[in-house]
Amino acid sequence: MSDHPTGIKRWLFTTNHKDIGTMYLWFAFTMLFIGGAMAMVIRAELFEPGMQVVNPNFFNMMTTLHGLIMVFGAIMPAMVGFANWQVPLMIGAPDMALPRMNNWSFWILPFAGTMLLAPMFMGGDFMAGQGPAFGWTFYEPLSGQYDKLAFFIFAVHLLGFSSIMGSINIIATILNMRAPGMTLMKMPLFVWTWLITAFLLIAVMPVLAGAVTMMLTDKYFGTSFFDAAGGGDPVLFQHVFWFFGHPEVYIMILPAFGIVSQIIPTFARKPLFGYASMVYATAAIAFLSFIVWAHHMFTVGMPAAGELYFMYATVMIAVPTAVKVFNWTATMWKGSMTFEVPMLWAIAFVFLFTIGGFTGLMLGVVPVDFQYHDTYFVVAHFHYVLVTGALFAIIGGVYYWLPKWTGNMFDIKLSKFHFWISTISVNVLFFPQHFLGLAGMPRRIPDYALQFAEFNQISSIGAFVFGVSQLLFLYIIIKCIKGGEKVSSEVWEDAKGLEWEVPSPAPYHTFATPPEVK
Amino acid sequence: MSASHITKKLAMLLGLLLVPGIALADYALNMTQGVTAISKDIYDLHQLVMWICTIAGILVFAVMIYSIINHRKSKGAVAAQFHESATVEVIWTVIPLIVLVAIAVPATKTLLEIEDSSKSDVTIQVTGWQWKWQYEYRDQDLSFFSNLSEDSNEARQLGADPSLLTKANEYLLDVDNPIVVPVNKKVRLLITSNDVLHAWWVPEFAVKRDAIPGYINESHFTAEKTGTYRGQCAELCGKDHGFMPIVVKVVEEAEYTAWIKEQKAAIAAAAGDSNKTFTQAELMKRGEGVYKASCAACHGAEGQGGGPFPALKGSKVATTGSIEEHLKLIIAGKGIMPPFGPQLSDADVAAVTTFERNAWGNNTGDTVQPAAAKAAR
Repeated sequence: MSDHPTGIKRWLFTTNHKDIGTMYLWFAFTMLFIGGAMAMVIRAELFEPGMQVVNPNFFNMMTTLHGLIMVFGAIMPAMVGFANWQVPLMIGAPDMALPRMNNWSFWILPFAGTMLLAPMFMGGDFMAGQGPAFGWTFYEPLSGQYDKLAFFIFAVHLLGFSSIMGSINIIATILNMRAPGMTLMKMPLFVWTWLITAFLLIAVMPVLAGAVTMMLTDKYFGTSFFDAAGGGDPVLFQHVFWFFGHPEVYIMILPAFGIVSQIIPTFARKPLFGYASMVYATAAIAFLSFIVWAHHMFTVGMPAAGELYFMYATVMIAVPTAVKVFNWTATMWKGSMTFEVPMLWAIAFVFLFTIGGFTGLMLGVVPVDFQYHDTYFVVAHFHYVLVTGALFAIIGGVYYWLPKWTGNMFDIKLSKFHFWISTISVNVLFFPQHFLGLAGMPRRIPDYALQFAEFNQISSIGAFVFGVSQLLFLYIIIKCIKGGEKVSSEVWEDAKGLEWEVPSPAPYHTFATPPEVK
Repeated sequence: MSASHITKKLAMLLGLLLVPGIALADYALNMTQGVTAISKDIYDLHQLVMWICTIAGILVFAVMIYSIINHRKSKGAVAAQFHESATVEVIWTVIPLIVLVAIAVPATKTLLEIEDSSKSDVTIQVTGWQWKWQYEYRDQDLSFFSNLSEDSNEARQLGADPSLLTKANEYLLDVDNPIVVPVNKKVRLLITSNDVLHAWWVPEFAVKRDAIPGYINESHFTAEKTGTYRGQCAELCGKDHGFMPIVVKVVEEAEYTAWIKEQKAAIAAAAGDSNKTFTQAELMKRGEGVYKASCAACHGAEGQGGGPFPALKGSKVATTGSIEEHLKLIIAGKGIMPPFGPQLSDADVAAVTTFERNAWGNNTGDTVQPAAAKAAR
């Protein structure tokens, strides 16, 4: 500990997986608040009919950047942060396999994020909305109309570099650095889900890079990949984008499955039910994610045979997903459950993610998708999956491991309040959006017909409460870092796994001598 | 108890719980059944899948809730240590599979009906533009543009008087030129785009199809009830994506024939305008209308511009620049500004040019006649 730099240099030059994990998590948390602030602007504008807060272009910029920031800035880096902290601790490794690359893959992120957000502040009139305003899916030809497109493209490239390097590191660590005796089928499920996620990332980030490179040459070098007037094909863009985009969805949710699969057995005091089938289900979901991409584009006018294939393949995903939910339920069944804060979030995850899973099944059925597509029904669906799914798992994971990281127990009373207010408000926020979509409200519109007013207002109220309650989360974390009741190395009663065998707080270097796994 | 009955009951309950006193009619909870055979099939399919999901959800949640209540340490529950069973894994893999097949069969049937556009009676080409729709009746030599209605357009400006919202007819869902189609006739739609992606969506017909430059997508509907049906663009198409509604009037055959005749007469009359000479006052009045419908969305109600769109007030093009350049710019477009030549008649181009050169203190005194616009094409 004495021979490493202190102050800012410690963070700039660190190769320690715990430091880097911490930086990833704080970066993600910062982005969560930036993306959240944008969501507040969106919900403020939609609070009532008519345009009151921002102009339509600024509104589109908010929805675009909200999506990009939350996906690439908040959820993905948070998951990588967990991987950095927990994978070495859970497999009994002293650090990540490639510590210098680990430093680099983190430090790219703040620059990528800055490059993504910078155009907002260019060109004088801030309120005109100078940033990207073409949706997080950046469909051509609309995105090609944007005059500062290069900033966006290079930001995506940098994010891609970071993700690919992070994934290589995670795979190398898991495959090479497991403690003696820890066979693959003995790894904690969180490690398994990240191993599979890392392969997904390596497979699809280059596809995304290809898509934005084609955009770049279309825009600045006169090619016509996506320009119909030059013999190109705008639909090709969507195929390429969603070939990346659908696995991307699972990249965000598989590690969340992993976190929940760690939390539930601990507080049910019972081993995870169907460990092997959980591993196979995760692999099956990952495989299926490559062959269902066009279900995001049922309305582009595919031949009926194509639509049928993508419908059948898509609804198949319900099978391994259902297996997972059943396994979590069976883990709780006849357990001896207690409801500490991480368990509350994990249980909320299982309930609410399941709702998002059901609406996903509905969306996969092509004829009805023609009515749901691009409405608030879709918005409700993916927020149930990503907010009450991925984000809830992240928050649950923070509460689960925070005492291990800091050595202190967080404020339990306050964190229970944080759980209840978040869970109630998030449903007030997103549940009515199902009704709005079914009633015919398109997504990505800054203003709406009067019949949509009531549910939008309810949804906005939920949003404001949910948004503000996350400040409480920040307060709880800072308070816990500063001090609190000291915890044992086990932290939670009878918690199983290598991370609970090292002292709390986890020392700067752990497992210098590999532990023996029986 | 029918499904729609249950949803109504639920709506009432939710309405009472959340905001007492607001008219229940405003809390639409479910998908419309629509007015075509296909839209009704889709509604039935939606109900089927939704209820399957609801029942499956209730079953799974019931088990979890039972377990949460009974298998807790505080009640003295001792953890069992079972953690796998191949039998149950197989059972709960097979059951969802069977349910999926039960959904896939009717879904496939409905989809094949949707994809059959043959034997149509009326063919309309729908072209998306930023941010309006163009309709061409292919068998009738009839073509026109459909813009957001003027009262909605005024009410939707940032910071507009809120009372305008309720004064506007069908706020944001009304247009200047609706399309008219005959009842009980199969209408085939050929959907394409002139610039970026759009999507033509009318929920009551259950038709949602992307408008894509370089592609012609086909869809169709047969409305079984006369009436006015409204929809919106469903694919993000830029700044005014939320402001390009769709209005379809379904009428009796005779009324449809009369409407076609009337439209053709109006077009013939407008064509005559190309050869007329107007006074400056006439051109200014007409030009203001054209400006509001076609230009104000980007260049601002007062010609002040906004974002990437330059101001016209005091701009070189609209003051000291030559009239011919000005006309050519409007007709051919430039960069992200679409060409307005195909959308506007010679008289409209001349009028809006006159208007832009004299409004907001531009005061050039120029009068541009339709003949000049015709020459500039």
